[in-house]
Amino acid sequence: MNFKYAKTFLLGAIALCFLVSLFENKINSYRLFILYDIGINIILAVSLNLINGYTGQFSLGHAGFMAVGAYAAAVITNQFGELNSFVSGVIFPGALLAGGLLAAVAGLLVGIPTLRLRGDYLAIVTLGFGEIIRVIFQNMERVGGARGLSITHGWTNLFWTFSLAAVTIYLVTALVHSTYGRGFIAVRDDEIAASAMGINATKYKVTAFVVGAFFAGIAGGLYAHSKQFLTPGGFGFMESISIVVMVILGGMGNTTGVIIAAILLTLLPEELRRLSSIEHLPGITKEFPLSWIGNIRMIIYSLLLVVLMLTRPQGIFAFRKSASAK
Amino acid sequence: MTEFLQQLINGLALGSILALIALGYTMVYGILRFINFAHGDIFMLGAFAGFYLTPKIAKIFPTPSILSGLVVMAIAMAICAIIGIVIERFAYRPLRQNPKLTVLITAIGVSLFLEYTGQFVFGAAPKRFPELIPSYPIANIGSLSLNSNQIIVLAVTLALLLALRFIVLKTKIGAAMRALSFNPEAAALMGINTDVVISFTFALGSALAAAAGILFAVNYPAIDPLMGILPGLKAFVAAVLGGIGNLPGAALGGLIIGVTETLVAGYISSTYRDAIAFAILILILLVKPSGLLGKKEIEKV
Amino acid sequence: MRNNFMKIWRGQFLTAVVVSLFLTGCNKPPGEPAANSDVIKVGEFASLTGSEATFGQSSHKGTQMAIDDLNAAGGVLGKKFQLLTEDDQSQAGQPATVVRKLISSDGVVAILGEVASSRSLEAAPICQQNKIPMVSPSSTNPKVTEVGDYIFRVCFIDPFQGTVMANFARKTLKLQNVAVLTDVKSDYSLGLAKFFKESFAANGGKIVAEENYSGGDKDFSAELTSLKAANPDGIFVPGYYTEVGLIALQARQLGITAPLFGGDGWESSALVPIGGAALEGDYFSTHYSPQDTSPAVQNFVKEFQAKYNETPDAMAALGYDSAMILAAAMKSAGATDGAKVRDALAAEKDFQGITGKITIDANRNASKPAVILTITNGQFQYVETIAP
Repeated sequence: MNFKYAKTFLLGAIALCFLVSLFENKINSYRLFILYDIGINIILAVSLNLINGYTGQFSLGHAGFMAVGAYAAAVITNQFGELNSFVSGVIFPGALLAGGLLAAVAGLLVGIPTLRLRGDYLAIVTLGFGEIIRVIFQNMERVGGARGLSITHGWTNLFWTFSLAAVTIYLVTALVHSTYGRGFIAVRDDEIAASAMGINATKYKVTAFVVGAFFAGIAGGLYAHSKQFLTPGGFGFMESISIVVMVILGGMGNTTGVIIAAILLTLLPEELRRLSSIEHLPGITKEFPLSWIGNIRMIIYSLLLVVLMLTRPQGIFAFRKSASAK
Repeated sequence: MTEFLQQLINGLALGSILALIALGYTMVYGILRFINFAHGDIFMLGAFAGFYLTPKIAKIFPTPSILSGLVVMAIAMAICAIIGIVIERFAYRPLRQNPKLTVLITAIGVSLFLEYTGQFVFGAAPKRFPELIPSYPIANIGSLSLNSNQIIVLAVTLALLLALRFIVLKTKIGAAMRALSFNPEAAALMGINTDVVISFTFALGSALAAAAGILFAVNYPAIDPLMGILPGLKAFVAAVLGGIGNLPGAALGGLIIGVTETLVAGYISSTYRDAIAFAILILILLVKPSGLLGKKEIEKV
Repeated sequence: MRNNFMKIWRGQFLTAVVVSLFLTGCNKPPGEPAANSDVIKVGEFASLTGSEATFGQSSHKGTQMAIDDLNAAGGVLGKKFQLLTEDDQSQAGQPATVVRKLISSDGVVAILGEVASSRSLEAAPICQQNKIPMVSPSSTNPKVTEVGDYIFRVCFIDPFQGTVMANFARKTLKLQNVAVLTDVKSDYSLGLAKFFKESFAANGGKIVAEENYSGGDKDFSAELTSLKAANPDGIFVPGYYTEVGLIALQARQLGITAPLFGGDGWESSALVPIGGAALEGDYFSTHYSPQDTSPAVQNFVKEFQAKYNETPDAMAALGYDSAMILAAAMKSAGATDGAKVRDALAAEKDFQGITGKITIDANRNASKPAVILTITNGQFQYVETIAP
């Protein structure tokens, strides 16, 4: 397999990100941070896609891994961010990396006990792990518990966000399309048959969790340095579900679809927000409570989920053949 | 010692309510092999049904009283049974041939739908559940306090469990339910109308959840549209603990979770209370995945 | 094979970038500030939906009513107010987004919000950075105003309220041994508990037991049984009315006779319906009393009831005051420019709000008396006022 060109493209993409980030201060602040959110969600969705989509392990606790990465990176930059100018330069990627690695360890701790589980059980257990992680952070005084943690340095920018997104896409895709990666898909398609063929299902399942968690941790670190404030409640079940919806919408195992879904699902609420501003809706008087619109938005969101499953469960963007067909 | 007894009683009362919800989970899983995520929200709807029914029933029967309590509970159970059937018919039945994960996501969607619609229709603020059943302190032995509500919870749970047992073991439809949970294809071949039995199962489970909702609201009279999330999850853990698909197991699991959670919260640390149920879940799935009373299921190739 | 790989990867990434830029570029800003120079745009962010919707909705109603009242009286500086409200869905991560939108896209001159300290803390640095004054109606964590000199609040802070209750417990109720039951999921509850404990101990009292619960819980029998065993003279419950009502009920059912007391999170017309007779003889500190016979408060209560068909609680009253004090500052500054309004806010003294006479102190917190209420015959009854 010839990696030479792929790596060139990766470096090219990173260079492009660097160039674009030079114009950052020309972009409206609100939209700029939405771009960060898009990049972060792409990383989250692609990393979850590896676990859910390619390996078929239904994980509902992805936000927990994100939390680990977020808090770890935050603590590091808060602590060491101002040591000296050299450190300041490298501390951010270092903190992100550390966050990712710690999240990977969490992935290992979640992946191993869940080996024997399938489908629904696995889903609930991962949800449980996500909640346990949240409760642990809620009780950790060091990171402020429910009172939250402020992050001093808002170092996330377009360069880091999108080049890391590019790296994530590259690594996950490279992993899955490699010979090694066939194992993931084999485990998803039929675990027993795969084991009968000599594939060590355990190894693949755990690898999926570890790699997926690693990138979720990186996304968490980027998130922490974008919002600059963390609370354990921000990494709960609902957050995990919203990442899962991105993967489902995009089509499990379809990286392009998942990326597009991540972008759309980040932008859609913002579009709806503009629409639900009272000034912009014709025929709505001032007395129409704003909370109605907020509620209706969520009701429609949940209905769409059901309708999507009933009509097109393979995802909206499944016009590209998924990897297993190649 | 009295403190321990007190905690035990508290735990049993809580556990009985969890048991009622768990039964619904386990019945549906036994037949369809799928977790109805929206079950906890049926519990919530039962409580709200009771909230709106009580003032109306109070005009006919004396309230608060056992009689009005039973009437309200019966009607709420009927309402939720219908809701359960409707959900099954429109959201789950079309997906019966799809992979399990598709239905799981749908169930999550239904759950969210019920919660947000609840917030929209009922309002997000907690409401005071009216006094449906008169509550008296029963005993005050030393520092041990017993309340009539706790006795009622235990009594009603027991009654419903016995009723359920009767239905499952002694009626034709109960036999059909058992047949379906054993082997769906063979049951269909034997002439059992699968759709009807499944609808009935959902109706039954939802009715039990509604009863649990009313009992819960009587004991903890502040109801809100999000009240079903945590009890729902804990009840699921209870069902798994007892052996999913196993009815006495679900009841047992409910009681164990209720007591364990209360004892841990009281003696060790109340901060980790929410995580206890999940910890138990992970533990049981690692040690004995088939649950305490369940049978080991071997997946045939 | 290798070509496929390159194509896949390149295609995916380029798609991502292109779609991204395309879609974001499509967002036309809804209205530049220059176009609407005849209104004063004020932004509000609140939790209108989600798990804390009841507090956000209450606060928003108060704020909205204030803006409506101001506009009915002709506005300020010859212009009417336009309140742009954004829902942060009680979710972390949202306040940053919506406040950025309000400031950068909608061009507001000031921000009102939020109830929860954690969400205020998320938004405050953004307001500070952009030199937009922010007035929080009811965030009590001291850290909120520490973010910078553009951040204000109209409520008292945890250290003050905690000390007030500690002193009240020691001196008026003459309690020696007290137990504390904290909502570990709420930063408000944690903060208030912390300062109460410090102050109570410093006053010679003893904290004999501590237990925690999570907001949203309904069953507190385990924690209460444990507290009962420590035999306290009183139990401090610095939580929200949504749980306090049930806590009181269950405490009495378990045979706990010691009085319960807490902070302004208790203040709501829904408290007594839930807790009922169990709340008799309990105490809490708050900003105002709906029983206050002053015409201003009575008019406020009546108007609120007419408009929204419910009695205003502390959140609503504070929401109202936050908007009113902002308007007053703009009036005295003679401008809506951020720096001038900021200075005017900082200089506010003895502003007569619904929630009391507010003076903004050097830390931009509201210095105002706390009112202690008790529950008698199912009604809130005034006990005493404690000046700062």
